[in-house]
Amino acid sequence: MNHWIVAPIVLPAILAPFIIMVLRYHLDLQRIFSVAGAVALLGIALTITAQAAGGDILVYELGDWPAPFGIVLVLDRLSAMMVLLTALLALPIVLYAIASGWDDRGKHFHALFHFQLMGVCGAFLTGDAFNLFVFFEVLLIASYGLMTHGGGSVRLKAGVQYVAYNLLGSTLFLFALGTLYAVTGTLNMADLAVRVAEIPPEDTALLRVGAVLLLLVFCIKAAVLPLHFWLPASYANAPLPVAALFAIMTKVGAYSILRVDTLIFGPDVAVTHGLVGDWLQPAALLTLAVGAIGILGTQHIARMVAFCAIASMGTLLIAISLFTETSTAAALYYIFHSTLATALLFLVADLVMTRRGGAIAPTAPMAQSGLISALFFVGAIALAGMPPLSGFIGKLLVLDAARDAPDANAIWAVILIGSFVTIVGLARAGTLIFWKSHDAQHNPLPEVEDDEETPALPAPEPNPGLAFTAIFGTVLGLVMLTLFAGPALTYAGKTAEQLFTPENYISAVLGGEE
Amino acid sequence: MEALVASAVGIMTAAGIFLILRRRTFPVILGLSLITYAVNVFLFATGRLALDAPAVLNKYEDVPYTDPLPQALVLTAIVISFGMTAVIVMIALSAYLSSKDDHIDMTAQDCVDGAGEDA
Repeated sequence: MNHWIVAPIVLPAILAPFIIMVLRYHLDLQRIFSVAGAVALLGIALTITAQAAGGDILVYELGDWPAPFGIVLVLDRLSAMMVLLTALLALPIVLYAIASGWDDRGKHFHALFHFQLMGVCGAFLTGDAFNLFVFFEVLLIASYGLMTHGGGSVRLKAGVQYVAYNLLGSTLFLFALGTLYAVTGTLNMADLAVRVAEIPPEDTALLRVGAVLLLLVFCIKAAVLPLHFWLPASYANAPLPVAALFAIMTKVGAYSILRVDTLIFGPDVAVTHGLVGDWLQPAALLTLAVGAIGILGTQHIARMVAFCAIASMGTLLIAISLFTETSTAAALYYIFHSTLATALLFLVADLVMTRRGGAIAPTAPMAQSGLISALFFVGAIALAGMPPLSGFIGKLLVLDAARDAPDANAIWAVILIGSFVTIVGLARAGTLIFWKSHDAQHNPLPEVEDDEETPALPAPEPNPGLAFTAIFGTVLGLVMLTLFAGPALTYAGKTAEQLFTPENYISAVLGGEE
Repeated sequence: MEALVASAVGIMTAAGIFLILRRRTFPVILGLSLITYAVNVFLFATGRLALDAPAVLNKYEDVPYTDPLPQALVLTAIVISFGMTAVIVMIALSAYLSSKDDHIDMTAQDCVDGAGEDA
């Protein structure tokens, strides 16, 4: 068997307890090991992506138990790509957390960070529905710790809401799994796919309930509209480097929708035919609309970026909900782009907030204002989907994929108007924060005086050079994604092709040897 | 038997949802615990209800047995929900102690000057 597959889970699983137990009182060593771990994870991710790029579906049987009985990890193009994205995101964020001193404002940042990576990688790699639940819990429990890292009463209150909401989501997940198990008698995803296809259509009421419950759970994770309430408060109140890492968590929801609703309840399965797409698409359109309005309406930079995350999830889920090969390829490209862009804007927002607070209103100019505003500009262009960067290509692909859809007019209208509102909202925020501040210096407003008299803001990060390097890392990721859009898109297309031929996945998992 | 288990799951879920919709953290946490109890019982029932049956196959004679997998799932679910409840109790306690207020919703004041001000 190929042991590389389990490495993205085992590495953080060993590293995190090591950091807690051995390096507990040595922040410098923790930082060294944490960065080394992130680099090693990136190496592993590149290796497994190279292995999966050939198109083989590799299966790792944990404990060597054969497939429907034991838990399997499955490496196909989609999971390899998502693990690579996680690793690419983790490295700049851990560097930024070190540079900004965030990891020093509470205990165990690095250990929790690696537990979170373990949960995320595990969720991407597992081929078993209950194991997916377990990895969701691993990443959630680490995220609870990270979310409340640094303390403070507002953050803790937001943390309680976040935990309560997700606990409810986990319960719903268990109800869904229980229902599916009661009908099919299995929880292995490939085996589920086989059994679901075999069940006669008149006995499938419970199965449909299970499918919808499961979709609801993933929609909670992906912050789809009626279930998005947890996101703005949690992300805006979390330490912002952590919020940048959480950009991958909503994508875990999107990944799960993509995986379950192509493999188990695929477009060709009679039981749930049209069920998922028909419900998901209007919800995704609404998500994008509300995200864009939120960007325009909010008064706080962290909340604004949180709404950016919601809007980009809307665009992503519109592409996913079409369930065609081209739309899925577009969605995969857009997942990569939107994760990096959201993380970039969260990190820039943290720079702004440590220097002048988060209110979207003119204050005295801050240190390194020019560089930060340039970075904000890059992030805004990327997220709004304007030409030079990958957001434009991503949105273009989504629009192109939607051209033949029955609701093409609605989709085009919502995406284009949503993008326009996003541009206006981001431009408004950028103007007020970066440009009006210089006016305010000459002509100070009364409220600005108040702001200057509150010295409660923490000092700028101890190591600004490294912080900017980390942010430029994410910018570099976006630039590379734009420059190498061709190869990236070819890979995304092949991934989509693989997703829409679930027979290969099923035979690889249930076929037995290797 | 079926009616008993089904109504137990239903009543516990209903009571849990009622408690979750309350405004203070303590009832919300109680409600979450009730719902996790309900889901644990529900998971048991997914392997079909069987009385006095062992959870292992008997190689020598054909006796009734009960499905062992849901029991393993329930065990995992109990451990996870127990741990999660402990976490939310701790976070809720520290939120209460630092703000002297156990409302689950954010007050208007929190929303104005809160949003990520650093500790």
